[in-house]
Amino acid sequence: MRIESRLAQIGSQADPKTGAVNYPIYHATAFRHPKLGESTGFDYARTKSPTRTILEDAIAELESGDAGFACSSGMAALQTIFALFSQGDHLIVSLDLYGGTYRLLEQTMSRFGVISSYVDTNDIEEMEKLITPNTKAILIETPTNPLMMVTDLEKVSRWAKTKNLLTIVDNTLLSPYFQRPIELGADIIIHSASKYLGGHNDVIAGLIVTKGEELSEKMFELHNSIGAILGPQDCWLLMRGMKTLALRMERHQENATKIAEYLLEHPMVDEVFYPALPSHPGHEVQNKQSSGNTGIFSFKMKDARTIEPILRHIKIIAFAESLGGVESLMTYPSVQTHADIPKEIREKVGVDDRLLRYSVGIEHVEDLITDLSQAFEKARIELEGR
Amino acid sequence: MSDNNHNNQSKKFATKVIHFGGEIDKQTGASSVPLYQASTFHHFSLEDLPDYDYTRSGNPTRQMLEDYIATLEDGIRGFAFASGMAAISSAFMLLSSGDHVIVTEDVYGGTYRLLTSILNRMNIETTFVDMTQFEQVKGALKANTKAVFMETPSNPTLKITDIGQITDWAKDHNLLTMVDNTFMTPYHQRPIELGVDIVLHSATKFLGGHSDVVAGLAVVATDELGTKMKQIQNGLGNILGVHDSWLLMRGMKTLQARMEHSEKGAIRLAEWLSNHPKIKKVYYPGLENHPGKEIHEKQSRGYGAVVSFDVESGTEAKGLLSRVKIPLVAVSLGAVESILSYPAMMSHAAMPREVRLERGITDGTLRYSVGLEDIEDIIQDLEQALY
Ligand SMILES: Cc1ncc(COP(=O)(O)O)c(C=O)c1O
Ligand SMILES: Cc1ncc(COP(=O)(O)O)c(C=O)c1O
Repeated sequence: MRIESRLAQIGSQADPKTGAVNYPIYHATAFRHPKLGESTGFDYARTKSPTRTILEDAIAELESGDAGFACSSGMAALQTIFALFSQGDHLIVSLDLYGGTYRLLEQTMSRFGVISSYVDTNDIEEMEKLITPNTKAILIETPTNPLMMVTDLEKVSRWAKTKNLLTIVDNTLLSPYFQRPIELGADIIIHSASKYLGGHNDVIAGLIVTKGEELSEKMFELHNSIGAILGPQDCWLLMRGMKTLALRMERHQENATKIAEYLLEHPMVDEVFYPALPSHPGHEVQNKQSSGNTGIFSFKMKDARTIEPILRHIKIIAFAESLGGVESLMTYPSVQTHADIPKEIREKVGVDDRLLRYSVGIEHVEDLITDLSQAFEKARIELEGR
Repeated sequence: MSDNNHNNQSKKFATKVIHFGGEIDKQTGASSVPLYQASTFHHFSLEDLPDYDYTRSGNPTRQMLEDYIATLEDGIRGFAFASGMAAISSAFMLLSSGDHVIVTEDVYGGTYRLLTSILNRMNIETTFVDMTQFEQVKGALKANTKAVFMETPSNPTLKITDIGQITDWAKDHNLLTMVDNTFMTPYHQRPIELGVDIVLHSATKFLGGHSDVVAGLAVVATDELGTKMKQIQNGLGNILGVHDSWLLMRGMKTLQARMEHSEKGAIRLAEWLSNHPKIKKVYYPGLENHPGKEIHEKQSRGYGAVVSFDVESGTEAKGLLSRVKIPLVAVSLGAVESILSYPAMMSHAAMPREVRLERGITDGTLRYSVGLEDIEDIIQDLEQALY
């Protein structure tokens, strides 16, 4: 079956008892043992729970992996993955990184002796220099958030294998509909399913997919021991969202491309960062390894002073954190999502006070362009007085 | 035993458990907290950041639950997690590589596993001691000791730790004190009143009470710890979902009613078992012969709803498990339905047999979590199963 069909049918043939086309929400925490030493496969909901299992199997299959794990947030998924490592271990990590991941590595993992180096993960030469005998893994975001840097997953995973490193890919921005890193050699996928997979800005969730039996077993132990699992209602809501993933991603991409092209021509805009644009340095690699583009991009205004009035005047587009929902959201990374990354690092990659990130929704594209254009115009008048 | 009057608040527990601030929605007057099933919140302006911006960092429904448990435990600030283990693993994240912690030897198996298979790799060192022996606790102190973790009554043999004694000593040595209060709930025991810094719960158990939500709660005693825990909760993201937060609050409203009923049943069951010829031993802090009874009564307002007992052999235990009709034979505890567990093959299956026997958990040990069924039916059921 093609991915559209698999998405639409998540869990819909899984309840033989009633034939329900939507899998039931099992709230139970404990499961009766039919006989001592016998189990239905379910004992205690933290360990394994029926509704969660449907979701976990679905994401494992969609990502071409062997096992899936549903966590209470994307950060919880990352935290669970990082528990694979021990004191003294070293990680190589994308320089332009989601702020929460950076914070988890620098404020928590570092206290437990797990050290990270930040680098452009496309730059193998630079990564060669950073490797130590304790280096255990490479964590890649591609495209990165917010600057949309693209890493060649096949090339880098191949290199990582020769160095015995695990390749971990944060696939939040593209979803398995557009990109399946395990097929390109990655070992572990992580999703903030709060974003495109859920798609409705109504559920916080994280997903992990592992490739290989040993890694899958280890992750199962960690998931159960740390206990940052996703509840059954949220599992169900997430699956409900995933059924329309294909439709939404197509529309997100179409809208984002049109708006990016509009902004590229706008006199108040300095730069637009979006791999769908032929001018983007990652355009070619992106086209090679993904079947489409994400619905978010960033752009730099020429004048930082226009930012505040723009955010005040946008009407359809909400000024809020997060991304990947059906509704349009605009974020100001340097004060919101990336506030915790030190200014030098932030500016080294280009997250400065002129940068806005736009998560394009599935509204009508003309309405979105009209909204932007009126907010830009009001901001211009406020600054220039006419 | 003291009544349920709070030291620092005039309302009695039964009233507080209903009137915790979320019983009436301020905006609509609704008689139940609404579910804010939103991941993100609009910023009305760039200057005044809103109370809530992103649900991992804060959500109005979850916040109500967090305030609720803080009130019940008489703490400063509450936190809701995806499970009891998520709460406990977060509390341990307050420590750093190189730190040492003293932990009760019959700690919940999941906490044991966390300490010995994950935190050990992060160079957190643990000494397990019998916390009923104060000398052992004192003897475990090292230069790098940072925390003491207690669980009382313990599982499944219901040993009692003197919370006040250990906390006073820990304070003298600048150690953080944590208590897993799952078995007692704040209705029966409020460790923060005894000086403890952090109270932890598997809210999957008595607080939720209906075997329908996996959840964890933490309450801290100081603002400083509150700030740190908030960073950890948001940074690690092991939060409780909105729907589960709501379900848990719904369960907590009947906490006192359920605990009172189940405790009455447990007292009756413990006495009945004590007089049964086929029962070798009964563990319940309310029994006259329980070695920790006096200490328990000093620090708690009740005995709880869990009774453990020894039927002599594995064969007897297995026979009984196959014949009981009322309780769910399952792991877990603390629900409206009675749950009978067999530690040797369930919660403590991973523990080597010798270690298990040393801890008093024999092949004949069973744990009965008394639910809301009629206690005479429960006894009759056990009577026929024990023939
Ligand atoms: C790329 C990426 N990874 C991880 C996360 C963290 O996910 P969550 O917010 O669900 O914890 C986010 C989200 O905010 C993200 O954008
Ligand atoms: C005393 C105690 N603490 C902690 C836990 C762990 O809680 P949870 O299963 O909700 O993660 C349990 C439960 O199983 C428990 O009985």
